[in-house]
Amino acid sequence: MAAALIAAPASADFSLLNMTQGVTESSRDIYGLHMTIFTITVVIGVGVFGAMFYSIFRHRKSRGVEPSKFHHSTTMEIVWTVIPLVILVAMAVPATQVLIDLDDTTNSEMTVEVTGYQWFWGYKYKGEDVQFLSRLDTDSDRARRLDSGIQPASVDNYLQNVDQRLVLPVDTRVRFQITGADVIHSWWMPDLGWKKDAIPGYVNEMWTEIEEPGVYRGRCAELCGRDHGFMPVVVEALPKAEFDEWLANRQAGGTGMTADSDETPETDGELAAR
Amino acid sequence: MTTLVVGIAMYLEGMAVSTWVMGAGGLITAWFVFGWFRDVVTEGVKGLYSDQVDRSLRWGMIWFIFSEIMFFAAFFGALFYARTLSVPWLSGEDAATSRMLWDSMALDWPTAGPANAGMEWQPMSAWPLPTINTMILLTSGMTLTVAHHALKAGNRAKLIGFMWATVLLGMIFIGLQGYEYYEAYAHLNLRMDTGIYGSTFFMLTGFHGMHVVIGTLMLLVITLRCMKGHFQPESHFGFEGAAWYWHFVDVVWLGLYIFVYIL
Amino acid sequence: MASSPPGNENQTGETVEMTATTYDHAAHEGEPTGFKRWLVTTNHKDIGSMYLLFSLAMFLLGGAMALVIRAELFQPGLQIVDPYFFNQMTTMHALVMIFGAVMPAFTGLANWMIPLMVGAPDMALPRMNNWSFWLLPFGFAVLLSTLFMPGGGPAGGWTMYPPLMLQTGTAFPFVIFAIHVLGISSIMGSINVIATILNMRAPGMSLMKMPLFVWTWLITAYLMIAVMPVLAGAVTMLLTDQYFGTTFFSAAGGGDPVLYQHIFWFFGHPEVYILILPAFGIISTIIPTFARKPLFGYSSMVYATASIAFLSFIVWAHHMFTVGMPLAGELFFMYSTMLIAVPTGVKVFNWVSTMWRGAMTFEAPMLFALAFVFLFTIGGFSGLMLAIAPADFQYHDTYFVVAHFHYVLVTGAVFAILAAAYYWMPKWTGHMYSERLAQWHFWMSVIFVNVLFFPQHFLGLAGMPRRIPDYSVQFADWNMVSSIGGFGFGFAQLIFVWLLIKCIRGGQQAEAKAWEGASGLEWDVPSPAPHHTFDTPPVVR
Ligand code: HEA
Ligand code: HEA
Ligand code: CUA
Ligand SMILES: [Cu+2]
Repeated sequence: MAAALIAAPASADFSLLNMTQGVTESSRDIYGLHMTIFTITVVIGVGVFGAMFYSIFRHRKSRGVEPSKFHHSTTMEIVWTVIPLVILVAMAVPATQVLIDLDDTTNSEMTVEVTGYQWFWGYKYKGEDVQFLSRLDTDSDRARRLDSGIQPASVDNYLQNVDQRLVLPVDTRVRFQITGADVIHSWWMPDLGWKKDAIPGYVNEMWTEIEEPGVYRGRCAELCGRDHGFMPVVVEALPKAEFDEWLANRQAGGTGMTADSDETPETDGELAAR
Repeated sequence: MTTLVVGIAMYLEGMAVSTWVMGAGGLITAWFVFGWFRDVVTEGVKGLYSDQVDRSLRWGMIWFIFSEIMFFAAFFGALFYARTLSVPWLSGEDAATSRMLWDSMALDWPTAGPANAGMEWQPMSAWPLPTINTMILLTSGMTLTVAHHALKAGNRAKLIGFMWATVLLGMIFIGLQGYEYYEAYAHLNLRMDTGIYGSTFFMLTGFHGMHVVIGTLMLLVITLRCMKGHFQPESHFGFEGAAWYWHFVDVVWLGLYIFVYIL
Repeated sequence: MASSPPGNENQTGETVEMTATTYDHAAHEGEPTGFKRWLVTTNHKDIGSMYLLFSLAMFLLGGAMALVIRAELFQPGLQIVDPYFFNQMTTMHALVMIFGAVMPAFTGLANWMIPLMVGAPDMALPRMNNWSFWLLPFGFAVLLSTLFMPGGGPAGGWTMYPPLMLQTGTAFPFVIFAIHVLGISSIMGSINVIATILNMRAPGMSLMKMPLFVWTWLITAYLMIAVMPVLAGAVTMLLTDQYFGTTFFSAAGGGDPVLYQHIFWFFGHPEVYILILPAFGIISTIIPTFARKPLFGYSSMVYATASIAFLSFIVWAHHMFTVGMPLAGELFFMYSTMLIAVPTGVKVFNWVSTMWRGAMTFEAPMLFALAFVFLFTIGGFSGLMLAIAPADFQYHDTYFVVAHFHYVLVTGAVFAILAAAYYWMPKWTGHMYSERLAQWHFWMSVIFVNVLFFPQHFLGLAGMPRRIPDYSVQFADWNMVSSIGGFGFGFAQLIFVWLLIKCIRGGQQAEAKAWEGASGLEWDVPSPAPHHTFDTPPVVR
């Protein structure tokens, strides 16, 4: 047990201790906010706990101290009401700015409709006649069964792989319109700094502008029933030209798969059958 | 009481023995409540109650009524939310929702919601029944107050007369409310599943109606106790508790009348 | 017949003149004995003990469920339970812990201690008291029985969001009625507390002389009466949506699933303060005792508690930052939530100032109280981080949230309850508990609880969502650590159970005033407190 306690932190990669910085301006803003507040609380914590432990070590009966009798000081109380208030205001200002920025979904260059189902995602490129479903890949799906006997570690990207990725262009302002088909889901992509609930009967909007090509992985983040843990989100960001190629291929009836994706796509026939 | 709720739950799930369990639960609950109040009443009549106990009972009643107010608040909250937020969002204030999912359908309150657009139904109008009912409840509040003054003045005949009047008005209210429901189902096609209007309408009026029934029963018991001479001009907490409850039911109705029927 | 001498001088704080005579009526004729005694008792001490024991049983049960969760999460892959059963465990664990363990524990403490602290012979409405208790075991019998029903128990999380909750099987109406019953029980319990405090205080005990535990409970009771009915309303609408075709929570009929969340959290947020305010009261009682110094800033403590209670009504949507509220809403709820840090901070600073230049000793109650101040504040800090709406887009529904609320609930509420149990155990049982076992219990608990919950911060930040039975492999290490902590913490609690049994059965006789620095009326009656106390009220000057 002790070994596990020591081994775990040692083997843990530092990126697994903290929030990702992500690949969009918003996600970096959020990361910045997160680190700022975190630092402020640590500083306050050091102050408060410092005083407390000093007192615990110095003002103990076994050291023969006599307890003093003071029991209030209006000045002090005003001070420690006002100072936290000021700190809070200082925190609220940048938070407000980021929030206002995130809220503005206008000026987007393309729109993707995202629909949460029990238990997979549906994507539709608005005005492009491309839509498909995206579900947990078969390897993970086999391994995740109770007593499957398959070691999760032996599966490539266990529980984080899908059959069809959502492909997006980089450096493009993309708007998402998110809804749910049956129950509430939540579309979460840490690297984009976003999590938004998919609510049946309502549409939520958000936007993103990815800066670096790559494959990013997220998951459903709202309890949606038995297989809530098994509906990952995978975004593949491509340079603009490649994305256009992909889209054209897709529209021409091809699978549109890019070279580095190894999953078998679901046919559109299957999709229509739903 | 637990037996009672288990029985109801079984009924909702369509289980066979549910009626028996429900019945048994109802009886057990009634027996407990009755036993409890009987003890309280006996002690009260024997004059065992100090001022302090009297005050405790008062606080108890006040906070009980407060909890009931908050219960209603949940349902009123649902009504306000639907009217000021969800219905406008569905009908275009939130462009994406309305365009993508509901074909930009326009909805006005009262509404049964976008999925029931083809359904024929009418909302309940404020006239005549609800208005009459409002008058009845307001009047009953006054008769109750008169009865209270009579009690304080030691005028027994007047007390008992006005108490009966109050109980009677309560019963008429319940009757009219029942008739209103009949109208709604039989002629207006207004049902619990008539979208959000039907939901809020029946939940609010139904829950209120249930309180009128309870209040009327309380007043009935109090009236009988008045006839037995349980109350003294100076000390009659049982009477006052029931009266507070009745006024509370009254005030909730005013809220209903304004927000459900008129606006 | 034991009677305390009049004019008993209280060491610290105000002088108390005891004109009271206390009687031991244990053998009083006409009082039922055996099982019947417990069934029909209206004695606040009996009822308090029943609440406390019930709560302990539920804590073990809820903890056993938590261990099922932790065992499944020990490794990636599914080894022990089916995902649906896992969700039932998560849901039940939370319901049992909140409604079965923490709330009844506080009510039990209120029953035992408030009459003693305000110098009242009993609770104001003793018969209702008996009712409020007995509803609990029955309510829980119904709730727990749903686990064995076709389709299993509720599996939509303790928040029971529709439409998911509407997919529950046979259990559905039973769960809802169980919640109604538990709600009625808490409301009645609270009414009783308020009536007792407002009406039964000994002559001379003005509101601003009441012990802080009494104050915090007064405000808690008010919160409960205000919000339990709202929860009842929310689940009632779920019920009619399911069985009578209403559409409160369905867009098709003009309702909104999010409406449920608003109503639920209008209850839910004050609820979490219901779970912490009495704890604040306990800590404010214990720290001065063991620092041998009066509480710093009594009146600002009262005002802070009241402000927290007030603010708790206007922050609810911070649980819903990701549902897509309008910008103005997000901003409002972000600001109001942040504000709560101010009164809570006042409390933390006051506790530290109380320790400052005191003469501290470190018996078990004090150790738990100190751990509370330290660890609760950490939980508060993570709460403040969650309050920053844009950042919450990342934190929401991850283990970061799980870490936050277990710091405030376990090292907050539960630690305070344990502190209270140690503090007043001599008064309840008449015996001193074994300090050696208690020290073991404390150190094991405080170490393992951090092993259990601290890594969950990392898991959450690295992207592990909550309410999942299985996870991708990068989360494996910290989950294993956390599970080890979970089992360690669980077994540490068995030490407490053992200690408690030992203490009830015997041990060194406790003095009336079991702690050197203690103050308050409860220490003026003998230990164990006789069955009937303060038949004539003491006079507080
Ligand atoms: C006892 C219970 C308890 C308590 C006391 C708190 C206290 C707080 N909580 Fe917590 N919370 C929960 C129980 C509790 N919470 C639970 C159970 C959930 C999850 C529910 C669910 O989804 O299942 C939750 C979830 C939750 C969320 C939603 C997260 C999400 O789902 O995305 C948020 C967001 O704002 C939040 C915020 C806060 C804040 C700001 C406080 C504040 O009250 C904390 C204030 C305290 C301090 C800040 C520390 C001391 C202060 C100082 C030393 C002063 C100086 C400090 C500064 C100026 C920084 N909580
Ligand atoms: C006061 C409330 C409270 C308390 C005390 C606890 C205590 C604990 N909680 Fe819990 N928890 C919640 C409230 C609480 N929790 C809530 C509200 C949720 C959210 C639910 C939701 O998402 O809907 C949650 C969710 C939650 C999760 C996340 C589940 C998920 O998202 O899927 C986890 C996972 O680790 C967890 C673990 C624990 C552990 C290990 C303890 C430990 O502290 C428990 C320690 C105690 C014991 C282990 C008992 C000791 C007994 C034995 C060892 C012997 C057993 C013997 C017999 C029964 C005879 N809790
Ligand atoms: Cu979909 Cu969780
Ligand atoms: Cu909250």
